[in-house]
Amino acid sequence: MAVWEVFRQEREGQPFQHGGSLEAPNREFADAYAREFYGRRAESFALWIVPREAVMEVREPYVAPVFDRDYRRVDGYSIKVKLKEAREAAKSAGALSAGAG
Amino acid sequence: MRTAAEPTVNQLLALADDELILGWRDSEWTGIAPFLEEDVAFSSIAQTEIGHARAFYELAARELGGTADTLAFDRSPAEYRSSPLVELRLVHDWGKTIARHVLYELADAIRIAELKESDDADLAGLAEKIEREEAYHVMHAQMWADRLAESDEGRARLVAGLEELWPYALGLVEGAARERFLASVRERLPFFSPPDVEPVERGAHVDEWAKLWDEMTMVRRSAPGGQW
Repeated sequence: MAVWEVFRQEREGQPFQHGGSLEAPNREFADAYAREFYGRRAESFALWIVPREAVMEVREPYVAPVFDRDYRRVDGYSIKVKLKEAREAAKSAGALSAGAG
Repeated sequence: MRTAAEPTVNQLLALADDELILGWRDSEWTGIAPFLEEDVAFSSIAQTEIGHARAFYELAARELGGTADTLAFDRSPAEYRSSPLVELRLVHDWGKTIARHVLYELADAIRIAELKESDDADLAGLAEKIEREEAYHVMHAQMWADRLAESDEGRARLVAGLEELWPYALGLVEGAARERFLASVRERLPFFSPPDVEPVERGAHVDEWAKLWDEMTMVRRSAPGGQW
């Protein structure tokens, strides 16, 4: 018996999201069970039913950080002040151009 | 073109009784089906059959009075018009259960197709709705029959069940529908040669029926007139 991963699309055009997995001996059974579990109440527009072995899993998918490169991260920067200054600059520029007109 | 006479209220009851009792029998697998996924799927099919029974009882009640519940549970065992096929208790024989499932669904598809042609708009409309759900049942039954037929042991068990149940299955449909049923079985189950036998007709009930009726109606009889 194989494990199948089921992805469901709730409405047409939306991305497929993982719904869960099921065990089934072949494609026909996987199809029937996926419809039963994810389609019976019209909760899905479409399903992707994928044998688990077809899924490529990558763990810790980053290059291990050896050096301290905190500066690459954006969470330390506050743009609040920058934004305020920019708004004020835009405002006074607007006032200037209005005065000139 | 009309393919069959308008069903009588007794034929409606026969349909409803078949669906109710098969639903009940199938639900006996809940918790003990071969594996979890199948447990959920088969229980769900059982539930759907009972839903169809309710809809047929409601149509019959237009003529007979009462409600779906009174028709389903307040008749005596002898008054049920069910086919003996659905009354048989088949747990714990999965091969035989699938044999009944596939024979029933193939016969039912023929019955429902006939009802869709009915001049009674309510009945034709209901048949159309039911057909959409029954399509899943046929798919489920066929995939199991095919799967069992893939191995020697599975095929032996399935075919033994088909042979044993064939006379009962013939009793599900009447008249010209029987020929169509036979053709459908030959096409869908090529590993099975239906024997030439006398059908087990409706009217008589199998021994296990009385016990099932007792169980089905027990709660309702314990509180007559109760509101649920």
